[in-house]
Amino acid sequence: MAASLTAAQPSRSEASLARLETVLQLLRSKTFIAGNVVVLWWIFWALTGSRFTPHDPLAQNPLEILKGPGAGHWFGTDQAGRDVLSRVLAGARDTLEVAPLATLIGVVGGTTIGLVMGYFGGLVDEGLGRVIDAFLALPLIVIAVTALVAVGHSKWTLIVVIGAVFSPIIGRTVRAAVLGERQLEYVQAAKLRGEKPPYIMFVEILPNVVGPIIVEGTVRLGYAIFAVAGLTFLGFGVQPPAPDWSLQISDNYALLNASNYEWTVLFPGLAIASVVVAVNLIADGLQQVLDR
Amino acid sequence: MTPSEAVLTHEHSAAHALELEDLEVVYRVRGRDRQVLRGVTLNVRRGEAYGLVGESGCGKSTAALAVVQYLPRNGRVSGGRISIDGRDVLSRSRGELRTLRANDVSMVYQNPGTALNPSIRVGRQVAEVFTVRGVARGEAVERAIDALKLVQIADPGSVMNRYPHQLSGGMQQRVVIAMALAKDPALLILDEPTTGLDATVEAEVLDLVAGLQAQLQTSVLFISHNLGVIAKMCARVGVLYAGRLVEEGTVDAVLQDPRHPYTVGLLRCIPRGGRRKDHGRLDTIAGFLPNLGEALPGCVFAARCGLAQDVCHTEEPPPHVLGGGHVSRCHFHERAQTLPREEAANLALPAIDRAREPLLRFEQLGKVFQQHGHSIHALTDVSAAVWPGETLGLVGESGSGKTTLARTLLGIIEPTTGGVTLDGRELRPRLARRTAQEVRDLQIVFQNPDSALNRRHTVSRILRRALRKLSGLSGAAAEARMLELMHSVRLAERYVSARPGQLSGGLKQRLAIARAFAGEPKLVVCDEPTSALDVSVQAAILNLLVELQAQRGVAYLFISHDLGVVRYVSDRIAVLYLGRLMELGPAEVVFDGPHHPYTEALLSAVPTIDGGGRDRIRLSGEIPSAASPPSGCVFHTRCPRKVGPVCEETEPPLTVVEEGHLMRCHIPLEELRGLQRGKEVVPA
Repeated sequence: MAASLTAAQPSRSEASLARLETVLQLLRSKTFIAGNVVVLWWIFWALTGSRFTPHDPLAQNPLEILKGPGAGHWFGTDQAGRDVLSRVLAGARDTLEVAPLATLIGVVGGTTIGLVMGYFGGLVDEGLGRVIDAFLALPLIVIAVTALVAVGHSKWTLIVVIGAVFSPIIGRTVRAAVLGERQLEYVQAAKLRGEKPPYIMFVEILPNVVGPIIVEGTVRLGYAIFAVAGLTFLGFGVQPPAPDWSLQISDNYALLNASNYEWTVLFPGLAIASVVVAVNLIADGLQQVLDR
Repeated sequence: MTPSEAVLTHEHSAAHALELEDLEVVYRVRGRDRQVLRGVTLNVRRGEAYGLVGESGCGKSTAALAVVQYLPRNGRVSGGRISIDGRDVLSRSRGELRTLRANDVSMVYQNPGTALNPSIRVGRQVAEVFTVRGVARGEAVERAIDALKLVQIADPGSVMNRYPHQLSGGMQQRVVIAMALAKDPALLILDEPTTGLDATVEAEVLDLVAGLQAQLQTSVLFISHNLGVIAKMCARVGVLYAGRLVEEGTVDAVLQDPRHPYTVGLLRCIPRGGRRKDHGRLDTIAGFLPNLGEALPGCVFAARCGLAQDVCHTEEPPPHVLGGGHVSRCHFHERAQTLPREEAANLALPAIDRAREPLLRFEQLGKVFQQHGHSIHALTDVSAAVWPGETLGLVGESGSGKTTLARTLLGIIEPTTGGVTLDGRELRPRLARRTAQEVRDLQIVFQNPDSALNRRHTVSRILRRALRKLSGLSGAAAEARMLELMHSVRLAERYVSARPGQLSGGLKQRLAIARAFAGEPKLVVCDEPTSALDVSVQAAILNLLVELQAQRGVAYLFISHDLGVVRYVSDRIAVLYLGRLMELGPAEVVFDGPHHPYTEALLSAVPTIDGGGRDRIRLSGEIPSAASPPSGCVFHTRCPRKVGPVCEETEPPLTVVEEGHLMRCHIPLEELRGLQRGKEVVPA
């Protein structure tokens, strides 16, 4: 026994070498690193909240309403005299909470749908495929708004609704990957030793389609941030006075017509854009390494 | 013509079609340059066919890609010289390379399906060869028709209007060859051009290429792992090992009088000359190919060579010139043929008692697939039996129903008619309804271990799961059995936590065999288990299968397109054509004849190393569609021995022509004996 374990050492280190190789390849990817730097920056602010912000993001100051960017307030102040920089930094929290959780739900649901469709094929695939087609024919916002109106809007319903809307989209990608795997003879070999479908789907096939799932999940995360921002802007997401980015935009965009207070909208908008771009950079990096 | 011009043209014509001088190629992998070709020097003379042979990973294809400067992005020529028709290739600019590829060099790859653009009609693709060189469209089409006629395509007009997927593999390869020859290249490179084709189609394509080569005096670099093909096609051959040309000479000299231990070993690995499992095992080459770019200060083959001395590990052998253009890079070339053989211990194979109840019997098995409203008769009334400890070989071209038959027996496919019995008990047609005992009794070893093993699971996980499901073992008992299994297939214990990707092809197939044997099966289907492997690895795997049969008395249903392999392992052989059993009998009887005309054609299609002027019969045309099989005898459309209208009208019954020998042919056995006499048919 002991002999077999020590003998196993060299190949075990070979396996970890292969994993290390993947990590190193990722670290060499400039897009992956750049994306991570930006995302980590926002995660830091999401975790610390208002602790390190230059001002209290909620503190109103009637004397400094709509000040332009300058020495005291780098990003200026909004119509309640709150510091825009502090609100942008503190505003990372809500987006970074809702979007990843929604994506996670989408990935879990999508993986299950994709495995079932791809593995069983035939009528199951056909039936589910039609339902998904019908579902995807409607714009995301329409489905989400309908659902949120029906169940009442809170952060959690937002998460679940976005996750549910993403499931069939992710399911399609997973299905395509599963179809490729299903042809391979290890699936037949599993059947020939009497394995049941759930074992074959989740233990045999799933580990082989993890790469595409991770990539698709990351791409979806970018869209999830958009979706959260859009729904919040429409008033179905986070409620005031939370310093959420899209909330700041919806609070202040009316001012754009009146006068040039563009900083109140520009900086939260840039913040959203930076996260979405960063997440997509990470997705690109992952795709290059994992989707070989 | 001025004198200086005369000198120039003279020099020009004296140049070889291809000259490689000390060619070195490196691939950059993980930030390091790894040497793939180590100073290869060879010449392809004008009008000559030169064969480059070696196992996978030796650098054959790299050499070809370097010649046309199509190396992958991480590869580059790091030294030496390449010249085509006396003109240097390496110093050329991009534009000049384009001209070179358009006018002077043609390349034919292994897979014609991917060499042709699937969305462009064949005619336009062939015509493109001419238009790219500035020929007007109308003329290009006419010349395309001529090019297709040259490769003996009977109806070029209709072929031109089709898309590549509407042509068979053999036809696609003809089109590719037509395109390659159309520009009358100074050099034609053929990279495993027939490896993906059936033996009968391969024979046709090889005959065609050989004929055209002689007719057009094309200079050919022919790359193949198959020594038989090289022997048939080439005048001279170079043996490549680990990026170095270890031996070179005329085909006769190298194959009949090899002077490098690697060549000797390679030749001994091949089951040929009617060798069978009960007398003598196959030789193998111990060890593995060195890693990519490994530093090899001495002889590249020293680590695996049974003759290696100290000097072989430290000093690189110089090319020893042996006369007649025969060169060997071995310090001890004069002793190469004394390479020690693997112990040829005869194995005590289980006695087969055909008076007993057979292990597996299938009766009147038929399978009809429904496809786009057509009925495809994949199997029609196939009946046979396998006794314990016996190997039944299954041969036939692709599309003959071999795999369908195997999958029907295993329960993956349900038969339309007929049934299967195991140990006298009727088996349920569907795998999911079979008992655990029935499932464990029938197992399979697939052709390609890469796809048959889950690449994310470790060796230990793969084997322990099989033991759990097939033997009901877990914990320490499973651990012990797993190590026992690994030991019996010679898979070292240190691989228990390796994943398939970390194993070589041969080790992967050993793992797949171990998995199949996890439940002590009574019959294992071997579906081309060695066709994805190199010959030296193939020999080791065949030895292992025979050994397991001797130890455990397991029966095999052995499917292979390689008749030499089938003959080596099989006790009896079944020949299938269009889903029908054409012949069934003891291996010696089926091979030595008199045999069914189809079997005769299959045997005569195999290119042999020993050459010999035996009278070949050729099958012309493609295997007919199973959706509309020919009337009467299904083989009459291609039969070289067709006797008359009776063949087209009545299907001959499968009759017992002599004891244990069944055949489906109108020609009586004695007449066949007369027809086939004088043709010593020695399979590969």
